[in-house]
Amino acid sequence: MSITLKNVSYCYNQGTAMEAHALKNVNLEIPDGQFIGLIGHTGSGKSTLIQHLNGLIRATSGEIWYGDQNIYAEDFRMKELRSRVGLVFQYPEHQLFEVDVFTDVCFGPKNLGLDPEEVKRRAEESLRLVGLHESYYEKSPFELSGGEKRRVAIAGVLAMQPEVLILDEPTAGLDPKGRDDILDQVAYLQKERQITVVLVSHSMEDVAKYVDRIIVMNHGEAAFDGTVREVFSHYKELEAIGLAAPQVTYLMHALKEKGFAVDENATTIEEAKASILTVFGK
Amino acid sequence: MGIIRTAKLVYEYIQRDEENKVTEVNRAVDAVDVNIEAGEFVAILGHNGSGKSTLAKHMNALLLPTEGTIWVEEDDTKNESALWKIRQTAGMVFQNPDNQIVASIVEEDVGFGPENMGVETRKIWERVDESLKAVGMTAYRSFSPNRLSGGQKQRVAIAGVMAMRPKCIVLDEPTAMLDPNGRKEVIRTVRELNEKENITVILITHYMEEAISADRIIVMDDGKVVMEGKPKEVFSQVDRLKEYRLDVPQMTELAFELRKEGLALPEDILTIEEMVEALCRLR
Repeated sequence: MSITLKNVSYCYNQGTAMEAHALKNVNLEIPDGQFIGLIGHTGSGKSTLIQHLNGLIRATSGEIWYGDQNIYAEDFRMKELRSRVGLVFQYPEHQLFEVDVFTDVCFGPKNLGLDPEEVKRRAEESLRLVGLHESYYEKSPFELSGGEKRRVAIAGVLAMQPEVLILDEPTAGLDPKGRDDILDQVAYLQKERQITVVLVSHSMEDVAKYVDRIIVMNHGEAAFDGTVREVFSHYKELEAIGLAAPQVTYLMHALKEKGFAVDENATTIEEAKASILTVFGK
Repeated sequence: MGIIRTAKLVYEYIQRDEENKVTEVNRAVDAVDVNIEAGEFVAILGHNGSGKSTLAKHMNALLLPTEGTIWVEEDDTKNESALWKIRQTAGMVFQNPDNQIVASIVEEDVGFGPENMGVETRKIWERVDESLKAVGMTAYRSFSPNRLSGGQKQRVAIAGVMAMRPKCIVLDEPTAMLDPNGRKEVIRTVRELNEKENITVILITHYMEEAISADRIIVMDDGKVVMEGKPKEVFSQVDRLKEYRLDVPQMTELAFELRKEGLALPEDILTIEEMVEALCRLR
């Protein structure tokens, strides 16, 4: 189901001296099955925004629609929304608490009141989707590596079978291989399950590599919203708001200045490679 | 003789059951010999669990070796009477800035270290002034730390270490939680401290780009040092680094890909400038 935000504003500590606007008139349309990158410097409103999407924070003003239902309507069942829109927080491994991996992943679906067989089936399926096979089921979460723990935490959210999966910096603190593994897995899931994914990231290179669309937050507003190429073509404006473009984009602009007829809006290594090879007639 | 040296350093994490019987021994650092010279900027790379942080925690005696020895200046870290001296020589900065800030005002946080060392008040303020200046945070001295961005908090944490006048700073993934600007700020600050104040820097990171400006890179895998050399020497071995679950800077990777297709680019390209120059030469 699509999510629509209409003039959403959020204000912390409204009516006090500490009043601060975290979101200002945000209008967004998040259709089914899109892979979206959400970027912005620390404090730009990214985390506040994603917490609105599953109703953890209530907008001070404006409306949020889940499909054709207004989530602030009196008869709207918020609990159902929370099981449809799964949120994986930063450092989700800090939230693992059960004695073994399998029980931890079962916790969510068990609380949905599903029968034990279904709970088991879902846990097995989600663990398979994140690439953890049976030998992990009985391990204590604390025996696992950072990347493995994080996958268990993601599996716990997947077991709720969300239609929208929101990940807040899922690769922070992981080594390069761990980063690639998690993001490859998420991209695979997105295609296999046809779910919507919102990826909050500080890595422009990762965003360029994986997503279809980028939303840039700045001072609580959606400053840019478009395809990867469109958004990163504004690299000078992005720098002014504390972000950057992928390294490759800078290279292509520098080459263009030297008179090479390259595609200056390339954002990934593959695109840059193809463009440079064309210029050199290979 | 370097400022930090290890000889056959071994560290084992030992797990015990309820009866105190050993159930598992995990050798996190395995016979490591490193020698870090005063004034050097060394980056340590390695995947999660490769032993980098365990090694780093030996450098100011937060951990003591199971076997082998580590010396900080001339002191063996096992020598308890030298502990304070060692901790003053080698200061540490960790990943999460929020876990390292203790006071409610920036300048008081920076003064916390020297105050605990018993430095006299007037001198504490001198040190606070100097340290804040060195990390470019003087304008924020009277701010509450919770009003700062991640990068700024991390610079305050670095200033707090600087105020103890260390000869060496060990940074364990200082940029992992920061946005692009915050990362740039912190790395620029660290480089300046190394160049201007001649502080020895040991930087542990998962961002290959941050290791480019180091004098030397040490790669760890499975508790051992498996590669060591100048950034250009290390990063030119793309396949080998990937085996160790690591990566190379984006420009190095692009050059590697282009070479495969027959473009005669050098193997040691690390930066955008080098790439542009090399391609211009091919034209």
